Amino acid sequence: MLFRRLYIKQAHFPGKDENMAKEVYSMCFMCTVRCPIRVIVENDDVRWIEGNPHVPGIEGALCAKGSAGLALLHDHERLQYPMIRTGPRGSGQWKRASWDEALDYVADRLKGIIRDHGGRSLVFGERTNLNTHISKTFMKALGSPNHFTHDALCKGSLNTAFRTLTGYTDADVGIDYANTRHIVMYGRNLFEALEIKPINNLLSAMRNGAKLTYIDPRVTVTATKATRYWMIRPETDLALNYALIHTILDDRLYDTDYVNRWASGLNELQAFVEPYTPQWAEKETGIPASEIVDLAREMAQDKPSVVFHFGYRSSHHLNEIHFRRSIIILNALMGSIEAKGGLFFKKGPKAAGRGNIGKYVDQQFPKISEPRFDGSGKDIFPIADSSHGNAQVLAQAILDENPYPIKAIIANRFEPLQSIPDTTTTRKALDKLDLVVAIDVNFNEFAWYSDVVLPESIYLERSDSLQVASGLKPQLFMRRQAVSPRHDTKPGWLILKELAQRMDLGQYFPYETIEDIWSFQLKDMGVKIEDFDSKGFVALTDKALLWDRKDGIQFKTPSGKIEVVSSLMENAGFQSLPPYEPVNPPEEGFFKLMVGRCAAHTHVSTQNNPYLNELVSENELWLHASAAAKLGIKNGSLVEVSSPVATAVIKAKVTDFIHPEAVFMLHGFGKTVPVQTRSAGKGASDALLQKNVSDRVGGSPALDCTLVRVRAKSS
Amino acid sequence: MSQYYLLQDQKDCIGCLSCEVHCKTYHGLPRGPRLSQIIPVGPKMVGGLPRMSFVFMPCFHCEEPWCVPVCPTGAMRKRPTDGIVYVEASLCVGCKSCITACPWGAPQWNPETGKAVKCNYCMERVDQGLKPACVTKCVTHCLHFGRASELDITRRERFAKNVALELKS
Repeated sequence: MLFRRLYIKQAHFPGKDENMAKEVYSMCFMCTVRCPIRVIVENDDVRWIEGNPHVPGIEGALCAKGSAGLALLHDHERLQYPMIRTGPRGSGQWKRASWDEALDYVADRLKGIIRDHGGRSLVFGERTNLNTHISKTFMKALGSPNHFTHDALCKGSLNTAFRTLTGYTDADVGIDYANTRHIVMYGRNLFEALEIKPINNLLSAMRNGAKLTYIDPRVTVTATKATRYWMIRPETDLALNYALIHTILDDRLYDTDYVNRWASGLNELQAFVEPYTPQWAEKETGIPASEIVDLAREMAQDKPSVVFHFGYRSSHHLNEIHFRRSIIILNALMGSIEAKGGLFFKKGPKAAGRGNIGKYVDQQFPKISEPRFDGSGKDIFPIADSSHGNAQVLAQAILDENPYPIKAIIANRFEPLQSIPDTTTTRKALDKLDLVVAIDVNFNEFAWYSDVVLPESIYLERSDSLQVASGLKPQLFMRRQAVSPRHDTKPGWLILKELAQRMDLGQYFPYETIEDIWSFQLKDMGVKIEDFDSKGFVALTDKALLWDRKDGIQFKTPSGKIEVVSSLMENAGFQSLPPYEPVNPPEEGFFKLMVGRCAAHTHVSTQNNPYLNELVSENELWLHASAAAKLGIKNGSLVEVSSPVATAVIKAKVTDFIHPEAVFMLHGFGKTVPVQTRSAGKGASDALLQKNVSDRVGGSPALDCTLVRVRAKSS
Repeated sequence: MSQYYLLQDQKDCIGCLSCEVHCKTYHGLPRGPRLSQIIPVGPKMVGGLPRMSFVFMPCFHCEEPWCVPVCPTGAMRKRPTDGIVYVEASLCVGCKSCITACPWGAPQWNPETGKAVKCNYCMERVDQGLKPACVTKCVTHCLHFGRASELDITRRERFAKNVALELKS
């Protein structure tokens, strides 16, 4: 049988008898939201997973991915033991190795590479996770400046936009969904991106009369729940926002007290938006001018309990930084930054009167004077957040050996081949490396193409560093191991320690067990490990920490205000408010390729999960019915999609519910690893088709600006 | 009709399909059978706005079930205590009569066991005073389970509130 039968036949979770069911509070990791969960374990096997019933907004709720964690636990197609490649890269020829053998192999090669080419020749990429302070420790210990995360690929430009205006990153900002009166989302497909708490908070606000305006060239599930929907021309959201700002300033719809107190650069803004009238925007966006004015007035009526949603993925277009800035400026005009029902700055342990959480990366390391490989915070991306780096230049840096030769990569739950645009070039770059190492739970494209696979235990099989959940009420959450590993796998924090020990750098990893890590993290917090036992989390305060709107908002810009004209940008030689560049419609037969998510899958990592694959097993190309008719394409037929960098074949979904200038596909399909039998060869990969171009100011790649040609596939 | 009633409040359903996976993991089902399936309908334009319906299709646990009398072995049965219709797997011979008989396609085929399988409201959980897996873990809590005689009044309350608010303005 593929899955263990999970019936609960005995009395339900009867008590403390060790042989009977026990409950473990932990954190999900099927996606990066990391919802708190309660796991029922019996005889060292998981019987049941549900959302943590003690957490408001969760109360037992769990998404499809969360429940499908059980299928991941028992999936025989995930990585199960260390492997060393025996044939050419990507040939699928491996030998099973012991941990000693695999770690010795990697350590020996790393030592040689560092001896010959220096620490800088190693890059380490990961999706930010609870143990990132340990991965960063690893790189600092090895003397490399080249730790990078996935973040820039997703939301680098949003991070930068927030820093230019407020001094904070997007990660420091939350949204008070529960109390909002009106929320505007630009392609923020909240109901399919599936963050459970925000969804329930927003639904509860809507039950109390809150409005949801949704703007997207495609009708998503979120669009079908909205009180207003605009099918905007692709890539023209910035024009819409300039017209909204124009209307708000012209009609004096803004929060005068707030703006006078907290914003600078209003005169410059007013002069700048002068030509961007609603009538002008109607031509560019396709949204009637009168409706744009209506929205501005409605928002003003409900201010400051309104939200122009700043988005999550913010890597769509070359002007991304300016679009994200325009959203934040709209919130500033509404006075909704640090307002009930608006945006708020997340408060951490310090605001709750506690000490900071311990991080190993704060130890003293030998100084690293080399520049980063990716020009992050320097020449290529002068004002990007270099604590995350800019992953999209990985291939170019390797191929051009600029600024210096890179010889080895370790990717930790990060998938360069499906998340960096232009897969063909990324693969070519990997070919040039002396060492490619994958640390992951999934047998993904990158693991398949690596030299050594170091398999990580899945989240149900391991404990991790504690999470500080900053917010209006900061809390600490704990991922606690529920069952023993099903296979010969280890947690990432142990893999890196054991690797470092082999390179005589074990002193930077002063822990043996997860309890050592937790104790170290908690030493200044006034919290004990046992405090997590009863509910899986610890609240650091019981009252919401909102700053005083009149005098207490601690903006971190040089002026202490919201800087519409940004000193960060201007000092780096970037215009804060450059003129809008009109977007031309594509020629006939060509379309803007848009990408996105669905509720059943997480980015590139769940397509092979038995249950989730059954729900959505391949992606389709959404194509407007009028365009399909011209091209002779029928619903469900195969089409050939060609971009400047690749061609792929995919099924067409012919619909009226996408703008005729765009086509759309779900992210993360089109996999090629043959041993992933459920997902291999299903659908098309967006990263294969996307050209690799970036918003150099904000730091994100522009993932939705590739023009593709669509043709019926000749049989 | 069983004494129980499973109500889906469509207004709050976001079609995330989580209920289907909650069901499958709880019942340990392989690929194929979907005991509580969400059928998406739409989108279509309603009053100038795109709208979708996500129709939740579990078993209705009929008062006079089509599936029970056609079962030649007595595997498909109705609990006398509360009317839950379920398959006693040890008696099922895989003849599929129930699958043919049900007007709503509730009984499904389990290719691993070669037997019919269907929604039984997770009756072991119900017997312990708990709710079915799909209801317990529903992302938006739009699924409600209880005795049919104690019907949820959410929708009436919502309607009443809307009427009242319209009157006010």
